[in-house]
Order: sequence, then C-alpha cells, then structure tokens
Amino acid sequence: MGATKEKVKIMKLEDLPKQIGKEVHVNGKSIALFQLSNGEVRAIGSRCPHTNGPLAEGIVSGEFVFCPLQNWKISLNTGEVQKPDDGAVPTYTAEVDNGYVYITV
Amino acid sequence: MKRNLVMIGNGMAGVRCIEEILKRNSEMFKITIIGDEHYPNYNRIMLSHVLQGKTEISDIHINDWQWYDDHNITLFTGERVTEINPTEKEVITDQGKHVSYDELIIATGSSAFILPVPGSGLEGVIGFRNIEDTELMLEAARQYKKAIVIGGGLLGLEAARGLMDQGMDVQVVHLLSSLMEQQLDPSAAKMLKKDLEAQGMQFLMEKQTTEIYGNERVEGIHFSDGTSVECDLVVMAVGIKPNIQLAKHAGLQVNRGIVVNEYMQTSAPAIYAVGECAEHNGITYGLVAPLYEQGITLAEHITNSETNGYQGSILSTQLKVAGCDLFSGGKIAEDDQTEAIIVHDQFAGVYKKILVTDNKVVGVVLYGDASDGTRLFSMLKKGTDISGFTSAAVLQKAGEDTLDEMITDMSAEETVCGCNGVTKGAIVQSILEQDLKTYEEVKTCTKAGSSCGKCRGVVEAILAHTLGDGFDPEAEKPGMCPCTPLTRDEVVAEIKEKGLQSPKEVRHVLKFKNEEGCPTCRPALNYYMRMLMPEQYEDDKASRFVNERMNGNIQNNGTFSVVPRMYGGTTTGDDLIRLGEVANKYNVPLVKITGASRVGLYGVKKEDVPRVWEDLGMRSGYAYSKSLRNVKSCVGSRFCRFGTQDSLGLGIRLEQEIEMVDTPHKMKMGVSGCPRNCAEVLTKDFGVVCVENGYQLYLGGNGGTEVREGDTFITVATEEEVIMMAKAFTQYYRETGIYNERTAPWVERIGLDNIKIALLDKVQHAELVERFNQAKATYEEAWASALQDQKQKELFEIIKK
Ligand code: SRM
Ligand SMILES: Cc1cc2nc3c(=O)[nH]c(=O)nc-3n(C[C@H](O)[C@H](O)[C@H](O)COP(=O)(O)OP(=O)(O)OC[C@H]3O[C@@H](n4cnc5c(N)ncnc54)[C@H](O)[C@@H]3O)c2cc1C
Ligand code: SF4
Ligand code: FES
Repeated sequence: MGATKEKVKIMKLEDLPKQIGKEVHVNGKSIALFQLSNGEVRAIGSRCPHTNGPLAEGIVSGEFVFCPLQNWKISLNTGEVQKPDDGAVPTYTAEVDNGYVYITV
Repeated sequence: MKRNLVMIGNGMAGVRCIEEILKRNSEMFKITIIGDEHYPNYNRIMLSHVLQGKTEISDIHINDWQWYDDHNITLFTGERVTEINPTEKEVITDQGKHVSYDELIIATGSSAFILPVPGSGLEGVIGFRNIEDTELMLEAARQYKKAIVIGGGLLGLEAARGLMDQGMDVQVVHLLSSLMEQQLDPSAAKMLKKDLEAQGMQFLMEKQTTEIYGNERVEGIHFSDGTSVECDLVVMAVGIKPNIQLAKHAGLQVNRGIVVNEYMQTSAPAIYAVGECAEHNGITYGLVAPLYEQGITLAEHITNSETNGYQGSILSTQLKVAGCDLFSGGKIAEDDQTEAIIVHDQFAGVYKKILVTDNKVVGVVLYGDASDGTRLFSMLKKGTDISGFTSAAVLQKAGEDTLDEMITDMSAEETVCGCNGVTKGAIVQSILEQDLKTYEEVKTCTKAGSSCGKCRGVVEAILAHTLGDGFDPEAEKPGMCPCTPLTRDEVVAEIKEKGLQSPKEVRHVLKFKNEEGCPTCRPALNYYMRMLMPEQYEDDKASRFVNERMNGNIQNNGTFSVVPRMYGGTTTGDDLIRLGEVANKYNVPLVKITGASRVGLYGVKKEDVPRVWEDLGMRSGYAYSKSLRNVKSCVGSRFCRFGTQDSLGLGIRLEQEIEMVDTPHKMKMGVSGCPRNCAEVLTKDFGVVCVENGYQLYLGGNGGTEVREGDTFITVATEEEVIMMAKAFTQYYRETGIYNERTAPWVERIGLDNIKIALLDKVQHAELVERFNQAKATYEEAWASALQDQKQKELFEIIKK
C-alpha cells in the first residue's frame, strides 16, 4: 500500500472525441477515458460490474456512462452504479495540462 | 349462528352491495348468490368498449371466481330463480333447488326492452345487455354487412359506434327529432349528430318502427310512414325494463320497479331490492352511480351500521364514443324557474349551457369540451351559491386554483368515480399508503377511472393535491423518453415547425429535462434529424449506440462480429477463399452462416476489426444497423423447376437499391420465386412472392420476438414496380415510424388502410420515392468510408502505456 501514484501522459485532448470513450491500458490497469460535453475529462475502470461490459463503448450522457451490454448506468464522478442496480468501478484522477490528458494511476 | 343471506342476480349493483356488507361485517352472514349468467360479476359498462374493439371480454371481470371463494360465498351461475316464497322464506331455481334465507336481496337488474312489433322474434334481432348479446353482434359483424340500431340514446349510439368499428354499415333509427333527448338539449344534440355523421354513422330520424320482416332471419324494417330499409341485424336500444316478475308473483308491491323505502326494503320486511330493478321514490335508475349508493345504504342497514338512508340521486352522463365529448347532468331544458348561461362557439364546435335557479346550478349540458363537467356537476350537487361569480367565471375552464379549491372542499365520502363508486377518501388513502404517483397507478389500485374514464380530471387533481410538490404532471404522459413528455410525433412536428438544426437545439428549445438527453432519445433524435434533413444534417456518432457507431455488433466479451454483404445470399469462390484466409490470419474463433444467409466472423478482437475489413475488401452487410439487413432470396427461375420469376435477380437488386439508408429499426426483406415460399417472405418487413402474372407484395411481417404474418397489399406486374414500391414503403416507414419500432407494430399503429392509401396514391407514391432517392444519395458504404477516416479507425485502438 501507499505505493506512489504516477501521473501518466495519455494523449492529446483534441484526439479524444467528446462523449465517446477511449480504452486505455496503463500500468496493467484497463481504464475508460472520457471527455464530457463541457470539456472536462474523467477516467474510470473500463469494465462494467454486471458482466464485464466494455464501458468505453457506452453512450455518455452528462456525467454518466451507460454500459453497451445491458444499459447499467454508472457515474463518471464516483464510479458508482446507479439504482436499481448496485456496484462500483474504480475512479482515477484525470486532468488536462497544456492540451494533453493525464491520468494518475 | 350466521344468518343466511341470499341474493338473486350476480350483477353490478348486487355484488357491489355484497362487497360493502363484507367490508362492514364479514362474519355476520352466510352468503349465497344465484345468477343466471354464466360468468362471475363483470363490468357491463365495458361491453361498449368490447364492441368497439378497445378491450376484450376476458378483461372486464370485476370479481373473479377466486373472489367468491376467498369470501366463502356460495355462487350458482347459469341458474335462474323461478320463485320466491316469502312464507317459507326460500327461493326455488329452475334446477329445482330450494334455498332458504333469513334475508333476501333481489338484484335482478333490467332487460333490454324489445318493441312489441311483428317480427321482433326473428333471428338477428337482439338487445344490448350482456356478454351473449355482445358476442352475437361480433359474430353478426363477421358474416353480415348492414345493421340497424333502433334508439338514438346513450346505449344505441354506443352500440352503433361499436358495430361500425366491427366493419358494418350502421343506420340509427330514432323516434324523435333529437338524439339523446333525455340528456341533451336540441343544440347539443345537433352537434352530436353532425359529429357522428362525420364518422360515417347514418340516421333515420322521426321514424316509428311498425314491423320487422324476414323469413327466419331479419331482412328489413317497415316504418309507420310506409318506408322501409333492408338490414341483416337489428339492435334494439329503446330502453330497459326492470326485472320485477319474481317480486310481483311473490306478492311484493311493484310499480315500474320493485318498490323500496329508503333502506331498500320491499313491502316484505326481510326482502330487499337494489339496483335497476328497484324503484325508490317513484324513480328507477339505469346508471351505476346511484345503484352503488343504494348498495352502500343497504349494506349499512343490513349490518346495523349507522345510515342516513338512501335519498335519491342526481344523474350525470357521458357518451363512450371517441370524438364526441359531452357531459350532461341535472336539468337540461329551461323552464319558468331557470335561467341559462349559454356559450356557443360554432367555429370551435363547443357548446356550454348552465341552468341556474336561485343562484344555484341545477343543470349542465356541455358539448365539444366536457372538461369542466365534473367541476360544474360538483357545484350542482353541493348547491354552491354562484351569486358571487360572473357568468364568465362559472363557465370558465377550470383553472388550477378553482379545481384545487374544489378538491379542498370535497369531503372524504364524496364519490369521485361514479362507475366504480370510489370516494375521494379511498383515493387519497391509496395514494398515501401505496405511494402512488400517476393516474394510471391510481386507476389500477382503486379502479377509479377504469370504466367510463370521465373522472380522470378529478382523480388527477386529487393526486396533485395530495402529493403537493411531489406531483409531477410530466410523469403521466408517455413521452418519447424520460427527458420529455412530448411524443415522437410532437417532437418531429416541432423540429419541422421551428426549423431546429441539431439534437442539442431540440433538447434546449423543447425543454428536455436532461440537456444532454439519455440513451433513449439521443439516438432517436439523431435519427429524426437525419431523416428530416438528409443533406444538411451531419450524423452525430456520439449519439449512436455502440453497434452503429463502430459498425459492428458488440458481443458478450467486448469482441465484435464481422458480417460482409452477400447480395441475395450469393457469394463467389474467391470471396469464400478470402474469408477463409482472413479468418485464419486473425484467429477468428467462429465462422458461421448467419440466420440471414451470409457468412459471419464472430469474436473479432476490437483492435482487429478495421484490419479484418481492410483485408476482406468487402462491403459491409450492415448486420449491426437500423437499416436494411438483407434480402433473403430463393434461387427462383434461374434453377428451380417451379420458379416463376427471377427471384434471385430481384432480391439482389432490391438489396442494392434499399441498403444503407437509416430506418427506425432494422428491416428485412425477402423474395420467393413461387408461393412455396422458400425465402419465408411472410415474416419479412417487406416480402415479395413471385407468381406467373407478377409479384405479390407483403408488408409488416416479423419472425422475431412476436411473430407477425405480413399483410398482402397489392400485386404488381413488373420488377420496376416492386423496387418503386419498396422505396415508397421504406420512406413512409422512415417518415412515420417511432425510433426502435419495427414495421410489424408500426403497421398495427398506423393502420394498414392508411399505409395503403399513402403507397397507392400516385402523387404521394412518387414523392416518397423521390425523397428516398434523395436520402440514399447521401449514404456511402460504411466500411470503405470508415477505413478512409482516421478518427473512425482510432475508435478501435486501445492506448497502451
Ligand atoms: C448474426 C445473427 C445470428 C446468427 O448468428 O446467425 C443475429 C444476431 C443478433 N441479432 Fe438477430 N441475428 C440474426 C438473424 C435474426 C433473424 C432471422 C432472419 O433475419 O431471418 C431474426 C428473426 C427475424 C426478424 O427479425 O423478424 C432475428 C431477430 C432478432 C431480434 C428480434 C427482432 C424483433 O423485431 O423482434 C433482435 C433484437 C432487436 O433487433 O432489437 C435481434 C438482435 C440481434 C443482435 C444484433 C443482438 C444485439 O443487439 O447485439 C445479435 C448480434 C450477435 C452478434 O454476435 O453479432 N435479432 N435475428 C443473424 C443475422 C446476421 C446477419 O445479418 O447476417
Ligand atoms: C352496453 C352498456 C353500457 C352501459 N354503460 C353505462 C355507463 O357508461 N355508465 C353507467 O353508469 N351505466 C351504464 N350501463 C348501465 C349499467 O350497466 C347498469 O346500470 C348496471 O349494470 C345495473 O346493475 P344491476 O346489478 O342492477 O343489474 P345487472 O348488472 O344487469 O345485474 C342483474 C343480474 O341479475 C341476473 N338475473 C335477472 N333475473 C334473474 C333471475 N331470476 N335469477 C337469476 N339471475 C337473474 C341478470 O342476468 C344479471 O346478471 C350500461 C349498460 C350497458 C348494457
Ligand atoms: S420458392 Fe419456389 S421457386 Fe423458389 S426455390 Fe422454392 S420452390 Fe423454387
Ligand atoms: S455488463 Fe454492463 S449492463 Fe451488463
């Protein structure tokens, strides 16, 4: 524990389309990265807790992503699955610096 | 010891009275019910809806068999009481049963009054009273064409509308010059007649029937003025006749009905009468609201509960015919003591008359807009002093405030739904206890509004009043998605009218709750925009579901399937070799012939998808799209000994002509070379059966979740016409379909006849084809263009750090 986290440079912001997720593998973790319609970025674990649906492929609406397999709704801010379903995915700090997206893992 | 309570008649008023008795004291009686119909208690009112095709007989039961069991009620159905013996205190049935009682309730209702004219006993002459009558009418409508309804009152008009819905030509014969003369004044009656005529109902006014003629079955009617009309069915709706014979023979006092006092007691103290067979204060009633009040009074009395006795009722009515909005309550005609406030907007087709005596509303007649009925009727029943109102204020459409005030003033015991006798108190209680939020929920839980529906406004107002800020009127309407109460048609109309240019603008201008939309409306809006503006609108990838955004079906483990186009199911040796090579190169786990007669590569890894397509160099089969999937075609005259036409060639052409263009849901087509139908075209959205002299076309078939056989709609002579018709059909579906609605439910919703009109009208047909061609020109084959588009290819890349 307490392993130092690392801020990793991922890609140019302009290459990340708004509201369409990107699957990113960093330090052995599979992460879904999103640019919201307001330009902010979010990063969460890429697999849906239901049956491992690939969240990077889901429809994004506001600060939620809907799993492409069975439509579970997951918060991009907290990683929590929304009712009536239950569960959570990890969240990661994502930020933009000088036109590049960074994720802290 | 429990007392023996016996009831004759298993109908609406009687059983309701039993329910009320059980509510007050479930231990007091051992209950036996004897009814001559073969069913448990059902909602007679709904027979009109059954005839109009709005509901099924199986859906109109009020109490099912289980209910009688649960309450330890002994029920004899299909059995008639033939005698009451008040001295022995027993009833005798047509099956020879003797059943003794301590208390007896007569609830025998009424029968349809059959005019005593020659020929009234002919086959095909019936009343409209019970399930059997309704079934007879439905049966007659299947075999015969011409119906006559005698009687232009409530029941007659509802029967006439129902027979029209069953496809019959209907003429209504009425003795007087004005329809529904008991409920409407001549002005309102005239408007009603006009509206019904516009629906196709025909009237023979001021005609007195003198004879019904025919051999075994009715063939026509003669009138007193010497004229006559032909028909195959006569429905008598001239009035009802209370069933009083049993009581009369038993020596009870009868008049028009069985005479009762305010506790529904007949002249024999242990015998009661309730419902249409009872006469109170000189009046017999023919609507359920007063009968339920009688039932409650009798229940109170017989269980020794406190009661005010039955005081008589003021009636209100509404007609259960779509497109004729009317309300009538209390008096309808002016006299010396009344003054009238009248508004007559002939242009809008609205008529409102309120009769006032001593500053109190004593009568209401509304036509064209009956939404104020309940409010005005409530003022009438309460005797509200209207001297403080201007006449405009009395007539004014109920604003939020007045309605809310009315709800506040309403006592808990006041009946809201007359048909089902549901009080305000009962509604409020269910809302609070069962956490109800919408009218539909209240309807299901309390039955309020489930019969004629006229109390809907008040039920909604009670809901709003009870929930306060927690009430969300938007929750009621089935909008296109949770973001908006607007329906698909409303949204599309607004886009056109306001010239909205993007989904974002649509959501903003039309005040969608969620400004970014949801997974339901996002793809739908994207579809509607492109359908409306094929040339200007740029497809929004972010609004497409993954399968369409990535041009591949996502599979259970995040891999994709690759299905190339094989027109009409045809391929070549070279293509098969290439498919084999590519499958090996990318270690594709499954190669399979798909259910749509082509080859599928399943389980392709996300990053490999663009490479697989690049190596294949084939057109996309659009197996992931909401557009034409494939045209299943048999080999036809090219090889088959039965083939009448080149079904394969036509299938290939069709697939080429229709492919790629977005539709509300996926579409499948099929062409068979002869009626043996090897291509199964009757379960396709658009199907072609080749025959010697042309091509039979079918539409709206589906072989999926709910199988539907396609409707045949025309036979055309040439391949060219088939293609044109396929285009017109596809375009009409594109323009009127709800996103995600296959053609099968679409045909049901729009109506085959309406679709035929659009497709067969020369001008409309040509315009549809033209618009289809315009749209088609804006599409490019998906994978060839995806491979040119770096951004599209990047969607499949995974960034690894
Ligand atoms: C690939 C195929 C099964 C196969 O392995 O052969 C298939 C696969 C899928 N079908 Fe199908 N259907 C396939 C032929 C059919 C057929 C048979 C036919 O076309 O003659 C039917 C019934 C006929 C019909 O549609 O009227 C059929 C009725 C459905 C339905 C129910 C549609 C309905 O209106 O009730 C769905 C669900 C939907 O579309 O909403 C569906 C949905 C699906 C989806 C796309 C599920 C999804 O949304 O992810 C499946 C993708 C699986 C995958 O891994 O790619 N599939 N599906 C077949 C066609 C591939 C191709 O285009 O070449
Ligand atoms: C098509 C139609 C539409 C209607 N629409 C409306 C409406 O919109 N609003 C409204 O308020 N009212 C409407 N009514 C009227 C309403 O249905 C009646 O007022 C109500 O059903 C009367 O209830 P009841 O119990 O008195 O009689 P019923 O419901 O007729 O019950 C009496 C029962 O007793 C049985 N019976 C009779 N004699 C015997 C015997 N000797 N032995 C055994 N059983 C016997 C009968 O067969 C019947 O089943 C409509 C009626 C019809 C037919
Ligand atoms: S549908 Fe007729 S023509 Fe076509 S393959 Fe079958 S039998 Fe032959
Ligand atoms: S795997 Fe995400 S909803 Fe099922």
